[in-house]
Order: sequence, then structure tokens, then C-alpha cells
Amino acid sequence: MQLRQLSLVSAAVWIAGTGLALAQGQTLTIATVNNADMIIMQRLSPKWEQATGNKLNWVVLEENVLRQRATTDIATKGGQFDIITIGSYEAPIWGKQNWLVPLNDLGADYDYADIIPSVMNGLSYDGKLYAVPFYAESSFTFYRKDLFDQAGIKMPDKPTYDQIAEYAAKLTDKSKEQYGFCQRGKPGWGENMAFVGPMVNAFGGRWFNEKWEPQLTTEPWKNAINYYVKNMREYGPPGATANGHNENRALFATGHCAMWVDATSAAGYIYNPKESQVADKTAFTAAPVEVTSNGSGWFWAWALGIPASSKKVDAAKSFVKWATSKEYITLVGGESGWVAAPPGTRKSTYDNPEYQKAAPFAKVVYDAIVNADLTKPTKDPVPYIGIQYVAIPEFQGIGTAVGQQIAAALAGQTTVEQALETAQRSTERTMKQAGYPK
Amino acid sequence: MHPKTREKLILTLVGWLAAGLIFFPIFWMILTSFKPEVEAIATPPRLFFTPTLENYVTVRERADYIHFAMNSIIISVGATLLATLIAVPAAYAMAFFPGKRTKDLLLWMLSTKMMPAVGVLIPIYLLFRDTGAIDTRWGLIVVYTLMNLPIVVWMLYTFFKEVPKDILEAGRMDGAKPKQEVWMLLLPLSLPGIASTALLSIILCWNEAFWSLNLTTSQAAPLTTFIASFSAPEGLFWAKLSAASTIAIAPILVFGWMSQRQLVRGLTFGAVK
Repeated sequence: MQLRQLSLVSAAVWIAGTGLALAQGQTLTIATVNNADMIIMQRLSPKWEQATGNKLNWVVLEENVLRQRATTDIATKGGQFDIITIGSYEAPIWGKQNWLVPLNDLGADYDYADIIPSVMNGLSYDGKLYAVPFYAESSFTFYRKDLFDQAGIKMPDKPTYDQIAEYAAKLTDKSKEQYGFCQRGKPGWGENMAFVGPMVNAFGGRWFNEKWEPQLTTEPWKNAINYYVKNMREYGPPGATANGHNENRALFATGHCAMWVDATSAAGYIYNPKESQVADKTAFTAAPVEVTSNGSGWFWAWALGIPASSKKVDAAKSFVKWATSKEYITLVGGESGWVAAPPGTRKSTYDNPEYQKAAPFAKVVYDAIVNADLTKPTKDPVPYIGIQYVAIPEFQGIGTAVGQQIAAALAGQTTVEQALETAQRSTERTMKQAGYPK
Repeated sequence: MHPKTREKLILTLVGWLAAGLIFFPIFWMILTSFKPEVEAIATPPRLFFTPTLENYVTVRERADYIHFAMNSIIISVGATLLATLIAVPAAYAMAFFPGKRTKDLLLWMLSTKMMPAVGVLIPIYLLFRDTGAIDTRWGLIVVYTLMNLPIVVWMLYTFFKEVPKDILEAGRMDGAKPKQEVWMLLLPLSLPGIASTALLSIILCWNEAFWSLNLTTSQAAPLTTFIASFSAPEGLFWAKLSAASTIAIAPILVFGWMSQRQLVRGLTFGAVK
């Protein structure tokens, strides 16, 4: 009997030991996009590997490919990925489908209270956090202080779109290839619509009313799009329908733009003299407002999520906790310089004097992110959350179709009214097919 | 100028123009790979600049090129061998012993190429998941074989049709069995055709991106996945992407250049009897 008990105990110890050994020496597959912050994470991750004995297998993919690849794998329970980089658009949608592991249990030392509340909300569904933020951004206005000073203009703290148009007219000099109004024109829900969405919000518009009926032919939409098309044609760079974030960023960095409303995360790049010719001439202010300030600056976060199909959840949790912790941000600050620290996720980053010194735009960025309230994105009430997107699965298709119509109006292939009419009809059709109102 | 000389000159010019047009994107890609990122998207585009190897250094640092290249070679050659192995007997049967429905069968085979690949993504993904084929070289070899089989069968069928039946019949009279007939007569006679078919199949496999991106993660990922990893939603990437693309197409470009004589011979095989 004793012998039997002894062998049972030994077996239990052996199994526990093996289990522990497995937990320590696991290989995780992480799928991510190719952004500068992710490249830094990839470079620093051997530190986590050494500390835990686990290994990371990196799969770097283009954003849309990653989205499609991850959707296919999670929906079919393929289990190919243990950690994926997702945006704030996917996190609540995938969370609702139970595709992701909730991440509310990373421990008290993770300091959830330090995470900026709007970022927490953007990545949660039904009170559960489905992805932890790696970096977050809002939008604000980049402007050339030297050109403003020369023209004797003072940029207000909260400019209106009317003021922006007035300044753009004064600062455009096409003979010098200097444009006052450089905004996104490339069609796509994450391209031109990321700018157009918050602009429509500022003009008092909304995507849907409370009954989920599309509102694209209402006055605020017409006013906003007419404003956009007029100013882009008169004060924007040529061939604007081909310009997305990257193209405008290069135009601004090479001194061709007087004003650019875009991601706060580009501030570090524009401020870096190695990469930008206007590093010492650029200043920042809030995103423009018009009839309301609700939803006038967008919200986006890149976050790390764990697919429910992963078989290595504990090790994956250990990594996402490390890569989004305060300690990690300090590590990046020390290794790559504080200006490269992942922005927009934690209050402690903005309280850090070293970060404040390295990133003089920190306060404006922090305010923009704190004020980007996804739950109140418009002047009138709406049934959805999201500022430059609507957090429903159908939005990718809708946003891109509407973006194409607006790009067509910008290119002069159709009128603004006609473009909005077509956009309204296609959105109505999509929503009807999807079974709205739900 | 003599009319004949002028005609020759014009034709030569048109030839060079067509070649230039086809080669221009590749030339521009190679040129971009030596530019700094800001220069890569400068407007107007610049032809003269201070070249840098920085992009190649970054690409080399960030990804294991050899691993991806080896996968590309093994998968492309493996799929081509397998497809040829299946297609030779099929094309032989269709070319020399056609039935009533052979033509229909050939057309049906080709029509499968008209279906968009994404239409069968989920069923194939599920099959791959259940057989453990995701992210394996053999899995991709099977998919590429199936993908190229219609074209390989068609091309081999066309080349086999050019071989005079009498030669095979003479072999048969001398007592050759079907296997010997194919191995000792048909294959040597249509070697240029087989070579060009195999080359085309290798090129198609090498450049395939949809299945490789969807069915591999890291272990079996070929060069198309390697290229895709250098595109970014935020930040400049064109120069690095061009550098990655240049080293990804380099082996197949050299391979194609070395075998161009064979390729041209194969494609014009049987044109003049």
C-alpha cells in the first residue's frame, strides 16, 4: 500500500515538474504589424525570453493581411497564434465574439489604474478588457510655426475648421510647392475616413441615428464634405487622392505643408531632426472643432490580445503583461531614448520628467487622448462607440465604400451631393443585409 | 535610308521600348532600394541621389533571409516536381489516346483556375488545420501542385501533341511498353517543352502570395511572406520594401536569365515542323 502511495506521489511530482518545465520553455507565436514601436518591442523581447525561458516566434505582416490572417485563424480555431497585435476597432468586436481571452487578471502589480481611462474603454467590451494597450494615439494639428509667425498668425489652442481654412488660404504658395491644407485623400476606412470621420463629428454629423439609420445625406455631412473637397482642391497638394498618412507625413517632414491634422504618434517622427527637415519649426495644437468638440480628435490604440484558441495562455499573458508594463516603457526610454517610448497608454509616462523633456508635445498628446471619449463621439446621441470608426464588423466595408465615394468627389469624378447619395444607398443596403436595427 | 533598313530600325526601337516598359518597374524597385526612405517617396521622383546600403542592412538585421529563401526553393521545386510527375502521364494519355471528352476535361481543368482563391480559403484552411498542414512545407507543396496542375497539364499536352505519333508507334512496334515509350522516346523528344513548363511552374510558385500568406506563419514561410513583413501602416517603408523585394526576386531573376535559351526554345518548340 505504501509503495503504491509512494509511486502515486512520485508520478504526481513528475507530472507537476514536467508541466512546470513546459510552462517555462514554451515557444509562442506572435503576429504583429511593422510599426516602429513594434520593431523596438521585437528588438527588446530577448530580455523577456531570457527571464522566462520562453521563446518568441515573430510573424510580421502588413496590417490588412494580419487582420485577415488572424480572423481566419481565430474563426476556425486554427490556434496558429498565441499573441496578436490588434487595433481598438477589433478588440471590442472580437471580445464580443469570445475570440479573445479577457485580460483583467494580470495582477495588482500591472497597475490597471495607471492606464488612461479612454484607452481602457476603447479596448473593453462589457466591462472586460480584451487587449492590453501597446501604444495609443489621438489626432491633432501639426503646424509650421515659422510660417505662422511670418504671416503674423497666432494658432489658437482649439482652432475651428473655418479658421483652418482661413490660415490655409494665407499660407498656400503653390509656386514654392507649399500647401496650407495637407490631409488624407487615399480612400479607405483607416485612411481618408480616419480624417473625415472626426471632421464630420466636429460639423455635428454622425454615421447612424439611434435607430441605426445611415445619416450620410444630412446637412452636417454635406457641409463637412463640401468644406473638405473645396479646401483640399484649393490649398492641398496635387494628387491628394493618393495621399495617406505616410505620404502626408513625408510631405510635412520635407517642408511642403503648413498644416496637417493627423496621428499624435507621428509627433516623435516630425520632431526628430534625423528624419524631418522641420523638426525645429513645428508646433502642435488640438484637432480642429466646428459646431461641437465631441469626437473632433480620433482615437486609436495598437494593443496585444491573446486568441481564445491559443494553448499557451499563461505564457502569452506573461509576455503581454511585460510588453505593456511601466517597466517596459522605462526600458525603452533607457535603451532607445525617451522620445521613442510607446506613447498614449499610461499616465505615468506623461508624469515622467524625462519623457516631458524629450517630448515637448507630451501635454497636447495626453490631453487629446484623455478627451477622446469613444462613448460620446458626436453632438447628437448615437447607438455605437468609436470616433473615426463605428465598432461593428460591417464598418470596414462601409467605411471603405464611403471613402471611395469621397475620394471620387475630391478627384472631381462626381459631385459631393452625388457621392453622399451613393454612399447613403450603399450603407443602407449593407446595414439592411446585416439585419439592423438589432 | 533603305525602306528595309528603316523597317528594321523601327522594329528594333519598338522591341527596345517594349523591353524597357516591362523592365522599368523592376529597375525602379532596384533603384529605390538604394535610396534613403525620404528620397524614396520624394515628389518629383529623383533619378540621381546618394546611394545607401542602409536598407539592405536593416532588412538583413530584421529577418532571416536564408530561412525564407530556402523555403521558397524547396516549395517551388517540390511543387514543380510533383506537378510534372502527375501531369506527364495525364498529358500523355490525353495527347495520344484522346477520348470523346478529353477536350472538355482539359477545358474544365483550366476553368478551375478562374475561381478566386479566396473562395476556397476557409475549406482549405480547415483541411489544413485538421491534417496539421498549416505552416508546413509539404502543405504548401500540395497546394501549389494543385494550383499549377491545370497549366502544367495543358502545356505538356500541347508539347506532346507536337511529337509525331509515328515515332511512338515505331517504338511500340519494336516492343516498347508505355513506360518505356514515355521515358525513352516522348520525354527526350519534348525535353525543351518540359523544361519551359517546369520553369514557368517554378516562377509561378515563387511569386505566389495568397496561399503562402494565409497558410504559413514562420516555419514554412517563403519569400513572399518575407516581403510582406516590410510594409507598414505608419512610417516610411518603401525603400526597405524595395530592398526586401530585390533580394527576394534576385534568385529567380538569375535562374530565369541563365535558362532563357531553354525557355525560348521550349516556348517555340514545334512552331516550325
